[in-house]
Amino acid sequence: MSMLAGIASFSTLGAVWGVIWWLNLFDRGLLPAPWEVLNVLTVQMTEKELWLDILLSARRVVVGVFCGLAIALPVGFILGWYKSVRAFIDPVINFFRALPPIALIPLVIVYFGIGELARLSVLIYAAFFSSVIVIYEGIKMIPPIYIRVSKALGATDFEIFKRIVVPAALPHVLTAFRVSTGVCWTTLVAAELVAAERGLGAVIVNGQNFFQVPVIFVGIIMIGAVAVIMDQLLRYATAHLLTWQESI
Amino acid sequence: MNTQQQEARERVIFKNVSKTYHGDHGSVKVVEDVSFNLAEGEFVSLIGPSGCGKTTMLQMLAGFVTPDTGSITLDGAAIKGPGSDRGVIFQEYGVFPWLTVQKNIEFGLSLSCNKRLGSNSKEIVSHYLKLMHLNGFENAYPKHLSGGMRQRLALARAYAVNPNILLMDEPFGALDAQTRLALQLQLMEVLTEEQKTVLLITHSVEEAIFLSNRILIISARPSQILRVVDVPFPYPRTPELTATPEFQKLRLELEELSMQQYAKQQELAAEEQ
Ligand SMILES: Nc1ncnc2c1ncn2[C@@H]1O[C@H](COP(=O)(O)OP(=O)(O)OP(=O)(O)O)[C@@H](O)[C@H]1O
Ligand SMILES: [Mg+2]
Repeated sequence: MSMLAGIASFSTLGAVWGVIWWLNLFDRGLLPAPWEVLNVLTVQMTEKELWLDILLSARRVVVGVFCGLAIALPVGFILGWYKSVRAFIDPVINFFRALPPIALIPLVIVYFGIGELARLSVLIYAAFFSSVIVIYEGIKMIPPIYIRVSKALGATDFEIFKRIVVPAALPHVLTAFRVSTGVCWTTLVAAELVAAERGLGAVIVNGQNFFQVPVIFVGIIMIGAVAVIMDQLLRYATAHLLTWQESI
Repeated sequence: MNTQQQEARERVIFKNVSKTYHGDHGSVKVVEDVSFNLAEGEFVSLIGPSGCGKTTMLQMLAGFVTPDTGSITLDGAAIKGPGSDRGVIFQEYGVFPWLTVQKNIEFGLSLSCNKRLGSNSKEIVSHYLKLMHLNGFENAYPKHLSGGMRQRLALARAYAVNPNILLMDEPFGALDAQTRLALQLQLMEVLTEEQKTVLLITHSVEEAIFLSNRILIISARPSQILRVVDVPFPYPRTPELTATPEFQKLRLELEELSMQQYAKQQELAAEEQ
């Protein structure tokens, strides 16, 4: 159903685009036709290894998200569980969270150059700060009644952690996953625009440098497409893991 | 459940217990100088108006709330915290939404402290599934259960680990009259087989008389014990008891007494508005 709706709405978008092109509302040099872009897409895929750019970008995001979350999970747990630590750390976290990761790119370039390490460090930063707050708010919001019930049944601290805290926090962890994936994707593209030899951001920059507008379009469309696919995958995983949850 | 056993061992002793909560809107004295005992195998009910502090008293015995002054001892030792020796049925049920009905009942049995029961946990679970009329819903998640079913699930989960002391906070509140009676009878049946000590909170005078050895009528806030009523009817009790004139007389008397406190508590609440 949602698949059909998706196809329908994108077809409409393509059609409107086609009509605008056909009516010549913009300079045709600036707005290529949809089929032109499609052509360039096939050429890029077969001859310019566009798939490699997609793969590289996606892999960078996945690695960044996993590393960021690996740090955010224990930190978020400690902040959510221990009030006193939270009061102390909260202001600092809020400062760094409010800071757009993109703003760090120049500094990171100075520190690490323009290599893989530079990009990865920005992504980990982005993933960590966008998810840590979701995780600790989630831990904080676990209804105390569940802890009480398990204590009254004789659960040890470790059992409470494993069998109450983990499942009760899972919805929030999955939300954190989605949020940080979104943020990382945005950050990555920005980083690739600034400095990268390959990757979807680099594809766009190349299109700009050689004034190949269709290539820029291909880059933009692929960035959107990958973002949507990643989000859908995460949504699917979430729905699958949280069958127990009351839907709103 | 023995009315005659005068020399029965005192298990729980509340001695001059007081509790004040300090909230954002000032302090509320919730329990004031409460003293009572629970003897081995005794069934005691608390009746009192909403908000007077009954749950607080029960939670102190459960080990989740510490008294400000006075002491609560269990078998001679001060309560240090919650423990599996005291089964608690919470007013808010607290069924785990991420576990199926079956896994909820199994939860306590699967904890390391209850390993001794673990070997035949399958049978225990299916026994309580049946007893609470939850069979057919083994694999359902709590989101698919009605309020009454969730309450029965919470009961099953607490019964499954077979605690020696039961602390029940309005355990039958969400049930229809028939189910309520059925579960009351089941509880009494279990209690005649095994010596359990029970502290029950209820708003139903009828339920309290039907089940208890002793009823404590609690005053409007702060909770004080207004009257201790020894219920004279011998066990085993049957539903016919509730139709007898003696039962009805006691019921009317206690209802009047508790009604006064309910009215007082309402005035209190209105003042606070
Ligand atoms: N943790 C808490 N912090 C502050 N105030 C509390 C807390 N718990 C309960 N209270 C207050 O203490 C009073 C007694 O609460 P309690 O839950 O013990 O009442 P109750 O007799 O069980 O009522 P009910 O019959 O409605 O369940 C209420 O006024 C409540 O607002
Ligand atoms: Mg209560």
